Amino acid sequence: MADPVLVLDAVKKSYAVGTPVEVEVLHGLDLTLEQGEFVALIGPSGSGKSTLLNLVGLLDRPTSGRLVLHGEDATVLDDADLTRLRGRSIGFVFQYHHLIAAFTARENVAMPMLLDRGFPDEAMFTRADALLDQFRLARWRDQPVGQLSGGQQQRVAIARALAMNPALVLADEPTGNLDTKSADIAFDLMREINETYRTTFLVVTHDPRLARRCDRIVELVDGRFTADRPNVAVREEAV
Amino acid sequence: MRRWLPFEWIAAIRFLLEGRMQSLFIVAGVTIGVGVIVFMSAMLESMTANMMRRILNSQPHISMVPPDEVARPLHDAALNLGTVQRRTQRTRSIDQWQAVRTDLERNPEITHVAPVVTGSVLASRGVASRSVNAIGIEPERYFAIIDLPGNIAAGQPRLFAEDVVIGTDLAKELGVEVGDKVRFTAASGTMMTLTITGLFDLGNRFTNLRNVYVALRTGQALLGLIGGSTAIEVTVSDVYAAEDVAKVLQATTGVGADSWIKTNAQFFNVMNIQSISNTTIRLLVGLSVAFGIASVLIVSVVQRSKEIGILRAMGASRGQILRVFLIQGGVLGLIGSIFGSSLGLVAIWGFHAVARNPDGSEFFPLIIDWWLPVLAALMATATGVVAAVTPALRAARLDPVVAIRG
Ligand SMILES: Nc1ncnc2c1ncn2[C@@H]1O[C@H](COP(=O)(O)OP(=O)(O)OP(=O)(O)O)[C@@H](O)[C@H]1O
Ligand SMILES: [Mg+2]
Repeated sequence: MADPVLVLDAVKKSYAVGTPVEVEVLHGLDLTLEQGEFVALIGPSGSGKSTLLNLVGLLDRPTSGRLVLHGEDATVLDDADLTRLRGRSIGFVFQYHHLIAAFTARENVAMPMLLDRGFPDEAMFTRADALLDQFRLARWRDQPVGQLSGGQQQRVAIARALAMNPALVLADEPTGNLDTKSADIAFDLMREINETYRTTFLVVTHDPRLARRCDRIVELVDGRFTADRPNVAVREEAV
Repeated sequence: MRRWLPFEWIAAIRFLLEGRMQSLFIVAGVTIGVGVIVFMSAMLESMTANMMRRILNSQPHISMVPPDEVARPLHDAALNLGTVQRRTQRTRSIDQWQAVRTDLERNPEITHVAPVVTGSVLASRGVASRSVNAIGIEPERYFAIIDLPGNIAAGQPRLFAEDVVIGTDLAKELGVEVGDKVRFTAASGTMMTLTITGLFDLGNRFTNLRNVYVALRTGQALLGLIGGSTAIEVTVSDVYAAEDVAKVLQATTGVGADSWIKTNAQFFNVMNIQSISNTTIRLLVGLSVAFGIASVLIVSVVQRSKEIGILRAMGASRGQILRVFLIQGGVLGLIGSIFGSSLGLVAIWGFHAVARNPDGSEFFPLIIDWWLPVLAALMATATGVVAAVTPALRAARLDPVVAIRG
């Protein structure tokens, strides 16, 4: 079997290290994600879900423990290598879409490729157009993103997260800011991508309805995993 | 998206276009700053060049004079800037002046050499009389140094034995014109009546009033210096090196050497002060432009911190983010300098067109060095980039986690 997409090994994270207000938020987490898994990360507010996502997304470093991405130990990489690995292996979707307002939908989707290659080229726009087509956004591709609806913007953001064909997509409450219908559309798209390309997803959500539609549910409470179970309902539905 | 532009340039330009108002205002600020600098520099340059032209129009670069005399060429006083000392009444010839001339002619830094004889005489016509400075010259040699033929207002620059060429202002004072005769009396009592063949205008009233040109032999006879020369006029290839050359000449020939730089020390003092104050103003304007650009970019970094964070999350390196903001600074400086140079040049043209002498002639000839706008653009661009360093570093150092959550 191929390397797991992600392995966490006794990962701890403290904030304000070395100050009187030092606080440990994650208390030694172990987790393995295999390719193609669609995992929900649930837990109460303040339990450390975003903190964990930032570590996995290589935006921040664990205080101790190991974090292995695709067989590569990320804890030993320097900042420049982390940035490169992040750009190529990880896609982010945030609660608030965080598109770059100065660019069109198409350019936003092409942005990770532009950042990676330095110069724009035909291939990246072809790829962006294909994603926008798949996300039923072709009509809006040349619009500045500010003119799109919230749901459309979040779909652009998901398309952008997929631009580099990342092994792992991290979504922090991706539908938290959307109405039910838009949330369903966005969620369906992620599942569609997951099923088509076997892209691994780790999705933070407060919405039990959506969590129930994931393959596996991991629960984090006060910086510790309290549950990690396959979601049988989904498996049964799928069969 | 332009295919040949890298990410940094694309993002920098988009960000500037998106923050339209901020960009517009700061470009206006840079425009005004660069405009002021270009206007001032062009003005100073024109004035300086004009003054120099007027000085060198009627003055050799170096005058070789008898040694140990209170060193003064007797007939140079191009500008009444207070340096013009009293003429000495005593006229002496340079010893062995032919040998000195031969030496000078061999010097590679010297382009032209012309011996002259000068002395004070009284010019009179009827009851009108004026004390003037008679200069005996060899026309072919002398005209290579002072372009009298090119500054003739009436008649011709012809100097046979009985001829004299005088200035337009002297002609007015004496009430004479070309073809009239004027009587010249030396201190020794020698008297000559010469015919005016031409009137010159060397662009300087003092010179036009004081200098009268005669043939060398005529001058020698009038001043009682047969076969003598009171000064040897010299031009050099580099006018600004004149003083250095003069020092060397003085040491090697044993004859006094006065450069135009020394005799116009006051002019250079004034120019120096002008140039120091000009530089100071340039520096201060440059600083305020830099602070303006920096503050706009700092605000922009704060406003965009979320976008910067997301770009970092998508794989943008610190270097890429840094360059996006450095480029913005440079572009603001460059665009402002293009408008500013245009503004400055239009202003100086306008000023030149409006500022006229009472008689309608131009106040100063406009001399625009085309390097000036190019230099201004380079300086403004560099200033913009330097000003952008602090904001750009701030942007590059943003912690994406904090920025995105922010
Ligand atoms: N930069 C920081 N400095 C200090 N403490 C922090 C920092 N970021 C987060 N925390 C703390 O870490 C804990 C976990 O925060 P985190 O944002 O990961 O929770 P979360 O599970 O994502 O919550 P929510 O569901 O509300 O988004 C919280 O107690 C928070 O106050
Ligand atoms: Mg959170």
